[in-house]
Order: sequence, then structure tokens, then C-alpha cells
Amino acid sequence: MNLAIADGKTSIIIGANGCGKSTLLKTIARVLLPASGDVILDGENIASIKTKHVAQKLGLLPQGPITPEGLTVKELVSQGRYPHQSFLRQWTSADEAAVYEAMQIADVAQFSELPIDDLSGGQRQRCWIAMVLAQQTNFILLDEPTTFLDLKVQVDLMRLLAELVQKNNRTLVMVLHDLNLAAAFADQLIMLKDGKIMHNGPVENVFNAANIKSVFNLDVDIIIDPRSKRPVCLPHLRSASVCALEPAL
Amino acid sequence: MQSPKPAFFYHKNARVLGGLLMVCAALFLLHLAIGAKALSIGEIWLAISVFNSNNFDHMVVWNVRLPRALIAITVGASLAVAGAIMQGVTKNPLASPSILGLLSGAAFAIVVALGWFGIDSPLYTPWIAALGASGAAIMVALIAHAAPGGLTAHNLTLAGAAVSAFLAAIITLFQLSNEDDFDDLREWLSGSLAGNNLDVLSSIAPWICLSLLAALLLANKITLLAMGDETAKSLGVKTTRLKLQLMLCVIMLTACSVALVGPVGFIGLVIPHVSRFFVGADYRWVIPISALLGACFLLLVDTLARVVISPAEVSTGIASAIIGAPIFVYLIKVKLD
Repeated sequence: MNLAIADGKTSIIIGANGCGKSTLLKTIARVLLPASGDVILDGENIASIKTKHVAQKLGLLPQGPITPEGLTVKELVSQGRYPHQSFLRQWTSADEAAVYEAMQIADVAQFSELPIDDLSGGQRQRCWIAMVLAQQTNFILLDEPTTFLDLKVQVDLMRLLAELVQKNNRTLVMVLHDLNLAAAFADQLIMLKDGKIMHNGPVENVFNAANIKSVFNLDVDIIIDPRSKRPVCLPHLRSASVCALEPAL
Repeated sequence: MQSPKPAFFYHKNARVLGGLLMVCAALFLLHLAIGAKALSIGEIWLAISVFNSNNFDHMVVWNVRLPRALIAITVGASLAVAGAIMQGVTKNPLASPSILGLLSGAAFAIVVALGWFGIDSPLYTPWIAALGASGAAIMVALIAHAAPGGLTAHNLTLAGAAVSAFLAAIITLFQLSNEDDFDDLREWLSGSLAGNNLDVLSSIAPWICLSLLAALLLANKITLLAMGDETAKSLGVKTTRLKLQLMLCVIMLTACSVALVGPVGFIGLVIPHVSRFFVGADYRWVIPISALLGACFLLLVDTLARVVISPAEVSTGIASAIIGAPIFVYLIKVKLD
């Protein structure tokens, strides 16, 4: 496998369940070590960079993160400052500022003193994104950040992330389940199957019926969303024979 | 860019900490004052500041009550902190030295050392207990690892219960087959603060202090571990090394406690919950608050244990469960409401 992630862009990894999307993301984040091969971060082999220095350059939001019971929003977001602290350099006003900025961007500042358990799923996920933002890393990796969220919340969250890339010039790498959400927001789309990259490139080049058939074994039609001009896939929901039995459809 | 420090003192949890310190000091004095003969605070102060070896009351304070109160504080703090660390690391609200088998392991090792080899010097008992606690911990981890699903909170709890029950049964077997030798041990096995002097405490206290200090220094990383291994790693924590350090901490705290007073359950299970009830889940607060609450709780329990059916005494281990269990149930109810 050979993969280059574009700086200052949104790269989205898609693929069927169990194809190694999360594994790839965790390997990029140095949470897992590759059996062979290297991950190069800004020209340096990530395995030879100190754990804390990696955490200053690269943040990861794992899938379904665990929130300790009773932790407040501000306490959670503050954990993102850990890589910038040491025994001698404890909490500073720069840390405080980073935490507030992150909470503002993720729009959770109004909850800062509330326990996370009291928030809704979408609000919680925004708190976690604020935690990763407080880390102030150039690279932000997210593993299925929209799973289990309502459609509106998913879209809001993706807009928030897209803004991060545009305004704050961060580099985003994301694993997503929803193909259309991926097609709508990705600059670079990476299609994975059985641990191998099948297709990789700009959405308009790789997001087509043939590629989706080869990666997901799913028959789809691709249409263009008139509003965003992005491709949208429509799966063939019923086999032709079933449709034929119900002429009304 | 160093921010002005006093933020700490304005933190709402700092008030909890300050309040608990005062409660702890008050309970300490109460513990010293109450007993077969009640002593006034003034007399206690005289005994400590200008000790007179001819004064019987002074001897009682120095040889009986002071060691006992100090042991209540150190053991209460140790077991509570050990439980708090375990609950944070395993993300299991039931984790504690008692449930995960460490207490039984430590007690078992001491029983074997004393019953078979006649070793009872406080120089060795903490290490023997540590050996037993580590052995039990490893056994629990291996059993949980072999079970379907691996090292989950669920499997660890079940394995801990099984190992505890097994070791407790063997201890009982020893006890029944050898009643004379185990006469002295019987009281210790139910958790007793009586019968220790300052020498015993001073040989064990340095290890406890060291472990408590380590726990305080690692506290911020426990919060990260409680957020899951992947999050902790991605934030720059060396999780394997940290878990080993914390495990060592827990084993030392448990072993020293068992060496001092025998297996006292419940503190390690209940106190961390009470602490989080007050200060949330940031372990920089949970650890010191647990230490203070544990100390307060054991001071109170031991005072009651000596008073309620005096001149007889309830063993502290039994009393702590009798008092601890209703508190636990009450907390669960409050939480559900």
C-alpha cells in the first residue's frame, strides 16, 4: 500500500466493513505499528518521533470514544492539551486560550461546565472534536465521527469540519461509512478493499458506479446533486424482478 | 506565559479538598480522644508535645492510639487510591483490590509465610503481601485473557471473584486444619487495626508514601487512560509503561495495607465512587480526594468499632463493610434518582 495525504485538504477513506479502514487510520496515527513499512510525517519516520511530539502534530478521534462518567466538557477538552504539557510546564494561559478557542469553534463553549453525560450524541461528538482541536495539531484524524448521529447533526458536523480545513488550514483524514457524505465533503477519496487501496483520487475521478461496484459489490446509479454539483450514489434497492411484480413502482 | 497560579484555590474542588482536610484532622483527634478512657484534646496535645513516659495516659496515646489512628489514615488512603486507580485504568466501576483478587492474594501469601515459615517481621510482610497480590493479579489477568472476549472489565471481574473465592477457601482450610497457629491470624484476617506499634508503621509507611506520591504524579494520565487506550495513545501517553507503573502502585498500596491491618474490603470499592460523586472524573482531583475520604472513613469506622459495643471491639474490616455497604446502596439510589 502506498498512500500520500494531501496537506490542507480533506481525505476520506471509505470501504466495506472490516476492510481495514480503521486499521489504516490508526496506523497513520501511530496508535498501531505496521508489521512492515513506514509512515512518514513531515519527512520523518513516525516510528522514530517521540510519542508526545507525534501528539503535537497529529490528533486522533477514535471511533466511539469513551467518556469517563462525570467528566465536564471543559475537563474533556482540556485533556487535548496533554501533549503540550510536561512536569515542568504545567497549565498555562496558552493552554487555557487553546481550550476556549477549541470550544468556540466546535460550538460547545456554552456547555463548558456541564458533565458530558448530560449532552446529546451530536453535542458529545462536538466536545470530542473540540478535544482534538485543543491539541492544535496540523493533522486531524477522525474515525467515523458521524456514526449514530441524526442526519442533520451529521451534516452540521461535516460542515464544521469542512470549515476547519478552509479557515484554519488543517489537514483532515477521515473514515466515513456514508458514501454520499464522503463524496460531498472529500477532496481526496480513498477506496479500500481487503486492506488494499483500490481507488484513490479526487471525488469526480473515482466516485463512479464501476468503482463502487468493485469495492462494495453494490450496484448504484450516480447522479449529480444540482445544488452542490457533487456526485450522489443511489443504490439499486430492488432487484428488477421485484420491481416488475409491482408495476406501480 | 505562566498563568497566575491561584486558579487552583478558586476551583470548586479545592474547597472539597480543604473541607475534607479539616474533617480528617477532626476525626484524627476524635479517634485519639475516644477509647477505654476518654482523653481531652489538651491531654493528647501534652502527650504528643511533651511526652512523659511515667504518665500512663501518655503511654496509651503513644503506644496504642497514635499508631492506630495513623494506620487508619494510611490504610484508608492507600486502599481508596488503589481502588480509584484500578477503576480508572480498567474503566470498570467494580474494580477494586478486593473484587479483582489482590486483597485475597496478599492475605494468602501472608498466611502461608506465617503459618508455614513463621515469618512475621514487618520488614518482610509488605513484600510477601506484594508477591501474593501480584500473583493473584497475574492469575486474574490470565484467566480473563483466556476467556472469550479477553481482558474486558466483565471478564476481569468474574476472574477476580473466582480467584478471591478460591484463595479465601484455601485460607479457611488452613485455618480449620491448624486452629492453634491461626488463633492470632484470625483477627488479622478479618481486618484489624489493633496491635500495631509505631515501629511497624514506620517500616512500612515510606513505601506507602512513595506509592501515594507516584499516584498523585500520574493522576493526570489516569484521566487519559479512562478515555480509552487509543485516545490516550494519540494524546502522547505511553500506555503500556503507564499501566505497569500504575499496577506497581496499586500492588504496593494494597500489599502495605494488608501487611498492616489484614484484608479490609469495601474502602477500595466504595470510596472512589464517593470521591467522583463530589469531584467528577478528573483524576487529578479523584486521587487526592479518594485518599482523604478513605482516611476519614477508616478513622470514623475504627472509632465506631471501638465504641459501639465497648469494651469489646468489632474488627475494623467487619465494621467497614457494615457501615460501607449501606453507604454504597444509598449512593446507587441517589445516582439513579
